[in-house]
Amino acid sequence: MQKKHLTLPYVVWMCLFTIVPLLLVFLYGFTTTNASGDMLLTMDNIIKVFSAENLKVLGRSLLYAAITTIICLILAYPAALILAKKKGSASFISMLFILPMWMNFLLRTYAWRALLETTGPINMFLGLFGIEPQQFLFTESAVILGLVYNFFPFMLMPIQNICEKIPYSYTEAAEDLGANKLQTLLRVTLPLTKPGIITGITMVFMPTVTTFIISRLLGGGQFMMYGDLIENQFMLLRDWNFGSALAVVMMVLLIISMAILRKYDKDGDAAL
Amino acid sequence: MKKALSLVLVVILTIVLCLTGCSGKEKKIVVNFLNWGEYMDPDVVNEFNAMQDEIEIVCKYTTSNEEMYALCSTEGSEIDIIVPSDYMVERMIKEGLLAKMDYKGMENYENIKAYSESRTFDPNSEYSVPFMCGTLGIVYNTKLVDDEVKSWDILWDEKYSGKIMMYSSIRDTMAVALSRLGYDINSTNPEEIKEAGATLMEQRPLVLAYGTDDIKTSMVGGAVALAMDYSGGAAAAIMENPDLSYVVPEEGSNVWVDNLVILENSDVKEAAMTFINYLMDTEISARNVEYIGYSSPDPKAMELVSEELQSNPALYVTDDMVARCKYFVDLGDALSYYNDEWMKIFA
Amino acid sequence: MKKFIKNSYISLLLLFLYIPILMLMVFSFNEGKTMSKWTGFSLKWYVQLFNDPNIADALTNTLSIAFLSAIISTIIGTLAAIGINECKKSTQNLILNFTYVPMVNADIVTGVSMLLLFIFLRIPRGYGTLLISHIAFNTPYVIFSILPRLRQLDPHLYEAALDMGATPVYAIWKVTIPQLMPSIITGAILAFTMSFDDFVISFFSTQGMVNNLPIYIYSMAKVGINPKINALSVIMFLCVMTLLVITNLRSMRADKQAKKNRQLANRSETRHKFSLKRETTS
Repeated sequence: MQKKHLTLPYVVWMCLFTIVPLLLVFLYGFTTTNASGDMLLTMDNIIKVFSAENLKVLGRSLLYAAITTIICLILAYPAALILAKKKGSASFISMLFILPMWMNFLLRTYAWRALLETTGPINMFLGLFGIEPQQFLFTESAVILGLVYNFFPFMLMPIQNICEKIPYSYTEAAEDLGANKLQTLLRVTLPLTKPGIITGITMVFMPTVTTFIISRLLGGGQFMMYGDLIENQFMLLRDWNFGSALAVVMMVLLIISMAILRKYDKDGDAAL
Repeated sequence: MKKALSLVLVVILTIVLCLTGCSGKEKKIVVNFLNWGEYMDPDVVNEFNAMQDEIEIVCKYTTSNEEMYALCSTEGSEIDIIVPSDYMVERMIKEGLLAKMDYKGMENYENIKAYSESRTFDPNSEYSVPFMCGTLGIVYNTKLVDDEVKSWDILWDEKYSGKIMMYSSIRDTMAVALSRLGYDINSTNPEEIKEAGATLMEQRPLVLAYGTDDIKTSMVGGAVALAMDYSGGAAAAIMENPDLSYVVPEEGSNVWVDNLVILENSDVKEAAMTFINYLMDTEISARNVEYIGYSSPDPKAMELVSEELQSNPALYVTDDMVARCKYFVDLGDALSYYNDEWMKIFA
Repeated sequence: MKKFIKNSYISLLLLFLYIPILMLMVFSFNEGKTMSKWTGFSLKWYVQLFNDPNIADALTNTLSIAFLSAIISTIIGTLAAIGINECKKSTQNLILNFTYVPMVNADIVTGVSMLLLFIFLRIPRGYGTLLISHIAFNTPYVIFSILPRLRQLDPHLYEAALDMGATPVYAIWKVTIPQLMPSIITGAILAFTMSFDDFVISFFSTQGMVNNLPIYIYSMAKVGINPKINALSVIMFLCVMTLLVITNLRSMRADKQAKKNRQLANRSETRHKFSLKRETTS
């Protein structure tokens, strides 16, 4: 037996339940059903994705996703380094970071909504210091907050996973050779943790583009995201063909962004 | 870590086994009932199951009319009873998805007959019976609004800029704009729809946020002065904050009703009708009103509910309201005009 | 000082993650139905929770699906990760790129595509299809938790095991898997958590025929989220949290004990050596 063959069950499973369904989505995206129920090949739906309005939504989603990814990265990287150095309690603390996901996502978002309300607890707390009630809710910042909150664990976990495996000796050696803390971080630690960072970025960026509900609840329905757009096609307008076309465009974007990430990662470890 | 995992797994496994172990039931006719979550007093169903030796109601839940439709129109669905709204019933009748009602054994039908036969989308109650009903109107905070609220125009009043909330749902919000302009809420005229879109665009700077069921949360909190809302949500908000009130504007609005229907491909139609008959009992209706906080089409049931509910201005659907208001009609392809306008405002 | 800054940074992040949960906990004891106004202390939602058969039903489905899908996807995923690591670079990239898809794709697209498949293959929707789709979207998370560790493993250990006569299966079981254990567990827990909280994919792959907790919660949106769900989440959350704390305290104590034993052993060893030395010198 070769180790390679261990992939077989997964590959079969993946073909059946990931690739075939995706091909069906592509099929829908490039076809339309006429009155008599025949499927006709067409590019109309794909062209429709690039209308001014849809592009605006896509642009906004990409922007929010970029901001969310950067904030998550800035917050998660130091945390991952700190946790990696903590020996005894690290596994416990990192569990504490996943634990909130045990609370239903919708409930947590509703809770944020109540927290940020002008008459809510956060404004009450600020009121103790004589600060006037602020309009936090229904702003773009509230949406970003909700997105960062939701995706933060997905940035932390892969980075921490890789930080734990960096031998102490590497950073020690760098310091012995006269590098200061910053140089060690930039020249040794950062390159070594790059695969984790790239996994984190992928796991935060694209899912953010397609989230729905968060923006609707915290942004007061004023900042439509690409996920809301797809949702509308499938659920409300029942236009599965156009919905699939939107999904196809998103998947192409996904492939492009993964190719870009790979370019930044010369070792070819980008897929991690 | 390893220990933690095995402990968690053991606990979960035990819970699962315990819970599944309890459900050993004898054979009964199973009726699958697809409802909205929290849209029926669970004890009402429990009591029915306890009372009936042969029928067992199994509840399933859904989040929207569109999902209900999607579930029932694909092959292989095993659903028997659903609770769609007016326009969805119309669509499903058109597509032949619903079974005809047989009122022979359903003596409780008399309780809601008057309302049932006033429904324009199924005037002879051939395919559906009403379950809960209500209106679309304005919920407002009497402490923040000194003008008399009687017209949709107040939602366009700059005085309340930043204190107005609207629905973020295409049909409902456009219905407000169309009513305000004096057009039919089911308009399929592209010009009228465009005009309605333009008024919403004009209103947008005044609006604090567009929400759905969460409008009620903001209204209870007391920071929002006015919002368009369905009577059900408004009634719940008024229960929690007595400063709030509700009105159906004089220009007219939308009246809605959720209906009990049996699907054509159900194999247990008779059992399903027994259950529907049970739900139309006045006392049962009153209990559901208490639990859900929506209005029942049975006028006698509305007299049975608690005083707290009876004094709630959002809970009653009067005849003159119904005269002003209209049911939504399934628009078919014209819905895309609405969507185009919507995208102009929110993209 | 530095340690203080580090600890407070971690604490602040945890505070950020736990504030909404605290909010839910507090308001599960609220009399009123919304979280925007405190109207008085009440246990009524907890009482109602235990009298609601729908919730018990939804909870059973959610837990059993999460449990089964986590186990199956952990097995498939661990094997796949070990295999992928041995493949040619190009094959690896191909498999991994497809593995990424369910993780980053919009849930609704995954959900709809699954539904299209089940309709196409004429598989009746129900518990089985729910399980299939949960395994399908969980497995990638397992693979990506394990692969980074796998790449950092010393391949010589496995080779040494083979040289010493172990069969490949035995070597994987006794050498590779134990080294991977922490990340396998992380993967399994992640899979369990993802499955536990999934709404969209579950909804489409069952067409509402099987209720899990997320579907039940979302379906409440029409009438409003009932606080008994908050009560339930609080109970479950506290259960998991307590379990974690207990097991962690235990393993910390075990660590301490081990350290002490080691110290004792060291001491006796030195004493022994010392006495040997004395013996030889005398």
